[in-house]
Formats: sequence, C-alpha cells, structure tokens
Amino acid sequence: MRTERVHLKALRGLVQPSLAGDDAGVRVPLGHAETDARLGGGLLRGTLHEVYAGDASAATGFAAALAIRTMDDRDMLWVRQDFSALEHGEMSATGFLELGLNPSRLILMRAAHAEDALRAGADALSCAGLGAVVIEIPGTPKILDLTASRRLVLAASRKRVTVFLLRFGARPQASAAETRWIVRAAPSHFDDEDWGAPRFDAELSRNRHGSTGHWIMEWSAEDGCFRKTDFGALAAAFADGSAATEFREAV
Amino acid sequence: MRVYAVDAHAARLKLRPGMPLADARAKITTLDVVEADEPADAKLLHAIADWCERFTPLVAIDAPHGLLLDVTGAAHLFGGEAQMLDHIRDALKKLGFAVCGAIAGSAAAARALAHYADGTIASPHREAETIAPLPIFALNLDYSIIHGLRRAGLKTIGQVASRKRSELASRFGKEMVYLLDHALGQSEKPISPRRPLPDFTAEHRFAEPIATADVITMSLSSLAKNLSALLEKHGEGARRIEATFFRADGAVHRIAIETGRPVRDPTIIEKLFRERLDSLNDPLDPGFGFDLIRLCAEKSERTNPQTIGFDANDNKDKETGFLIDRLSARFGSHRVMRFVPQDTHIPEAAAIAAPAQQTPKQKWPARPEHEPPRRPLRLFAKPEPIEAMAEVPDGPPLRFRWRRALHSVARAEGPERIAMEWWRMREHTPTRDYFRVEDHEGRRFWLYRDGLFDRETKEPRWFVHGLFA
Repeated sequence: MRTERVHLKALRGLVQPSLAGDDAGVRVPLGHAETDARLGGGLLRGTLHEVYAGDASAATGFAAALAIRTMDDRDMLWVRQDFSALEHGEMSATGFLELGLNPSRLILMRAAHAEDALRAGADALSCAGLGAVVIEIPGTPKILDLTASRRLVLAASRKRVTVFLLRFGARPQASAAETRWIVRAAPSHFDDEDWGAPRFDAELSRNRHGSTGHWIMEWSAEDGCFRKTDFGALAAAFADGSAATEFREAV
Repeated sequence: MRVYAVDAHAARLKLRPGMPLADARAKITTLDVVEADEPADAKLLHAIADWCERFTPLVAIDAPHGLLLDVTGAAHLFGGEAQMLDHIRDALKKLGFAVCGAIAGSAAAARALAHYADGTIASPHREAETIAPLPIFALNLDYSIIHGLRRAGLKTIGQVASRKRSELASRFGKEMVYLLDHALGQSEKPISPRRPLPDFTAEHRFAEPIATADVITMSLSSLAKNLSALLEKHGEGARRIEATFFRADGAVHRIAIETGRPVRDPTIIEKLFRERLDSLNDPLDPGFGFDLIRLCAEKSERTNPQTIGFDANDNKDKETGFLIDRLSARFGSHRVMRFVPQDTHIPEAAAIAAPAQQTPKQKWPARPEHEPPRRPLRLFAKPEPIEAMAEVPDGPPLRFRWRRALHSVARAEGPERIAMEWWRMREHTPTRDYFRVEDHEGRRFWLYRDGLFDRETKEPRWFVHGLFA
C-alpha cells in the first residue's frame, strides 16, 4: 500500500502545472504503467480523444475517468443528448461522486441533438474555467466529420481544455483525434471479494504519437487514477498491438 | 341578445350598447350585425398596449377598450402634450383604429375626459374645473351609486364635488369619495402598469425604420454600450436585460437574456443577445422595419467595479459563469444544469439537476470510504422492467432478461433495502431491495425487486435502475 502511495505522489508531481499556467503538451499519466508507457508518459492534454463504446456504460465510465484525470483543478462539462439519456440512462451525480469526482465541479448540458451537442462542446472549449469536456454522440451524425474533429482539436488547444467524444453505436471513422479507445466491460477478478471497482477492457486502437495497445484497466476512485491489475494473460496477448480485435457493436 | 358595441354611424342613429338587439333591428332594418368576440378584443387591446410602450413603459389596461399611459415627462420628446396626443391618435388611426383620448393630471380625470370630452388636455392642477361639467357617468362608479346620485339630483361631477365629503361617504361609501378626489386631482393614485418599470433604459428611435441585420446589430451594440455606461454610473449590474423591437406596422418583439451574476460589460451583453437571436426558431422579422429599439435592464444589483483578476480561481469562476450564460441564452436555461444534493435516501431523488444560472456551486459530502461504487454512473429516469429468475424469492436473480437480451449473473451483492418515504406517499409504495449485479461479460447493473416478497406482494417485479461503469 505504501509503495503505491509513493508512486501516486510521484505521478501527482509530474502533473503539477507550471506557474505560467502553460500546460500545452502536458501528458497526464493514467496510473497504469504499461498504458502510460505506450502513451509516451500519459494522455495528452488540450486535445481531442475518442472513446467508442463496445459497452455503453463501460465507455461512459472510462470517458469519465479520463476526464477526471485530465481536468486538473478546473471544472468539467458533460454534454449528454436526449437520445443517449433514454437509451443508456441519465448521468447520476452520486455516480460521479462514487467515481471520485465532486459533483460541484460538474456542469451538465442536456443537448437535444448532435448539432446542439457539438456546438455547446465547441463553445465550452473557449472557457478557461473548464479542464475537460465530454460530448456524448449516439450514432454517426453527418455533422461529425473529419473537418469537425479538426476544429475540435484546434479549439481544445486554445485554452488547453481536453475534449472527449463518447461514441455510442458507431463504427470508428476518420478523425483528427489524438487517441481512440474502444472500451468494453471487463469482468471482475474471480478472486476479488471487493469486486465492483470500475474495470475496463480498453483497446487503444489509434495513437497519433505512439503505437496501439490493449489492456484491462481498473479505476480507483479513492486514488483518482487507474491501477495495475493482475490480468497478465490478456495484456501479453495484445501487447504488441498486432492482434486484430473484432469490433463488437454496442448492446 | 344585446348590442355590445356600435360604430359612429350607428351611434348617430341613436343605437346604444346595452340595447336589446331586437330593438336595434326594429329601428334599423338594414343593420349589419357581427358577433362580439371579447377574448379577441382583449388580445388586440394588449397588442395595442404593447405598441403604446414606445411612448412610455408605464401602460395600464383600462378594460374593455381603453388604455392608460403615464406620460409624465415624456411629452417634450414630441414637442408638447398636444402634439403628443395628436401623434398617438394619428398613428393609431393609420393602424385602423378610431381613438378618443385626453391628457390630465390624474388617470381618472383623463379617462373621464377621453370618454366625454375627447381631445381635451387639462391644464396642470386644473382637473377639478376641467371635469366639472362632465356627467357623472364619466366617473367609473358602480351603477347603483350613479343611480343614487341622480336620484339625489346630482348630475354633473361639479355638482357632486360641491357636496360635503362626509355626506357623500355616509351615503355612498368611502371608495366613491376616494375615486372622486382622485379624479379631481386631489389625491395621488398611480396606475398599475402591465410591466414593472425597468431599472435602466437605453433606446434608439429611427426616423426611417431599419430592417437590415447589420444595422440592427449595430444598433444593439450601441445600445449595449449606452446601457452599460448607465449601469456603471450607478455602480450596478443587470441580471436580466430585455430588448424590445417596435415595428413600424405596430408589432412588438421582445427578447430577453438572463445571467448568473450581475453584468454590465457591453461585449458580454452583446454576445449573449447574439446567442439568443441565433437560437430563435423564427428569426426576428423586421417587417417594414423597426422604428424603435429599446434595451432595458431589470433586476439590477450592486456590483463591484471590474477588477482585473489576479486570483486565478476567481477568473475561472467568472469564465465558467459566462459560459453558462452563453449556453443558457442559446439552448435555454433548463438545459444547462448543476446538481443539487438532496437529503433523501431515494436514489432517483438524491440529487436534482437545477438550472446552472440560478444555482451556485453546491457543497457535496465527501465520497464514502468504500472502494467499489455503491451507486451507478448512469441512472434510468424510468426504471426498466426485467424478467428475473431468482434462486430464493428474496435473493438476487440468477438470470434476467433485459431489452430482449438474456444476462446470466456471475456475482451479486445485496440487498440494500430502500423503503419509500411513507410520509410523502398517499398510498403504500413497495419497498425496494437493490442488488449490485455483474454478469458473465463483466457488465454491472443496479437492479431492484419492487416489493418485499410475501410481506408486500406475492408477485414482485424486478427492474434495472442503473448501469455501473
């Protein structure tokens, strides 16, 4: 336990913003050593990342976790669409609290459709009070094309707000995103009596500044970061990123 | 059926409102009769009242066919009271209305003069003399009082006014005396305007009505600067600003923006209006053009002078506040929310989402100590029914079918018993036993059994309430 705490302190030190407030190019370690190594130190802040849902609730949790990691001491805007609320449920404040985010730092935007969601998200990227913006996009709206994603990348870089596109029921398409993740639920370890911590089967299927990977990542709400799990077999099988993974449509 | 209203020609032929229709038809066989539509009339009156706001914001409805305008201090804009009255009558005539009007120092006197001495402008403080010759019908009194006054031989206002007040009060009541004195200008009684007087106003009048988007934007921009200067002079900021667009053809459009904190920065005001205008389903239609645009600041509060924040946190909050205002202006304040914790153990009510513009940051309790989450990240607004097969009646399910897919349970934790708040419910609502459940694929659900087996229900139903990460 103590070694993990020391490790955590070191991680926090890495993420401390400089006095000038300029954290362009800062990579935030996620806490999972192999993933962080593959990401060149951590997830790049102030840019666009995509999370595709193999399973909707798992992808939601994963996107939330990444957002919590990258938001620093600023606030988070979660943009959910009317449709995704009906399909997969509304966002729960207590749920966020259980993940480790104080709901007072959360603003929820209820968009009617994709156009509103993207517009609100893009506008939010110009707000220096935000650290992370998550935009839920069910399906494949025409308005979200390569150009739109490029504009999001540009907007995110201005005030260093990290933006996440959470895609439900869609196949990965061309985009300017820094990383792309395909996330499914991962079963809890059979030995674990204290089961239930968010556990993700996370495939890094696209990485602009590095290679891909596939890991089982568990989120620790108390520590506010991911941690290593013992699921060695799966990690080894996909470590070189060459194994093709069949993409499962969201249930 | 009675006559409701008559036009000038019919009035000349001695037809009067209130007369039975049969009598009227008997008098004039070639009568043109239209059915009265009082709701439509009322709506029209309100529309005219809107239009009259171009002269003064203090407009009151004097049902059924009248309006009272408080034009104190506004006459000079038109070159005098007589000119103002003429201007209003001509403008309304152009819009197709026959108007009678008058100006006086009190609303009751003006009303009396308008009905019985059309066109009179009473000299200041000379109301008593001016209305003295008018018949007592000109005062807005109950018919029984009028009848009583006539029986007493009092036919004009002057005659009534010469009587001792105590006499009148004992016979006709205090109210009548108040009304009389008010009409005579001897007491103050302000009108009840339809809308409250705004705190600060800036307006542009156009001799040539403007219709192009650019000019309208420029005008709004300039008005925002003027309003901002006014607010700054008084050390205040506005939390609600309304823009009223008066069309030359009589229509009036209103657009308002609200903010979380008092604001007076003209760029912010302009930006918020642009967002609001962009979001309109039907864009603002100038018709033949706007001849008046007015910007009013309502709900103004004292605000500290704008300091260039060296405190980064303060700046961040301000930025976030501005974002919330922008998003609320564009999408509606009911779509931009903050969570407010509630003191209840009922899961769907544990937090309510409230409009972020009116909700400051809330204090949330610290996260409970345990590691695995006890509450899901996504919660269905309406729990979805599932078919569940449990091993024991009050235990967790072994399998369940949800949205046509079968899930087999690998592990479960519970029950967490949540009884509904019996003190709030009229009828008994079943107790819920919640189970945290994981299927063989690793998907984690929050299920509950609705009703204790045997004690509350013989056939308990199962639901999925939420999904864990």
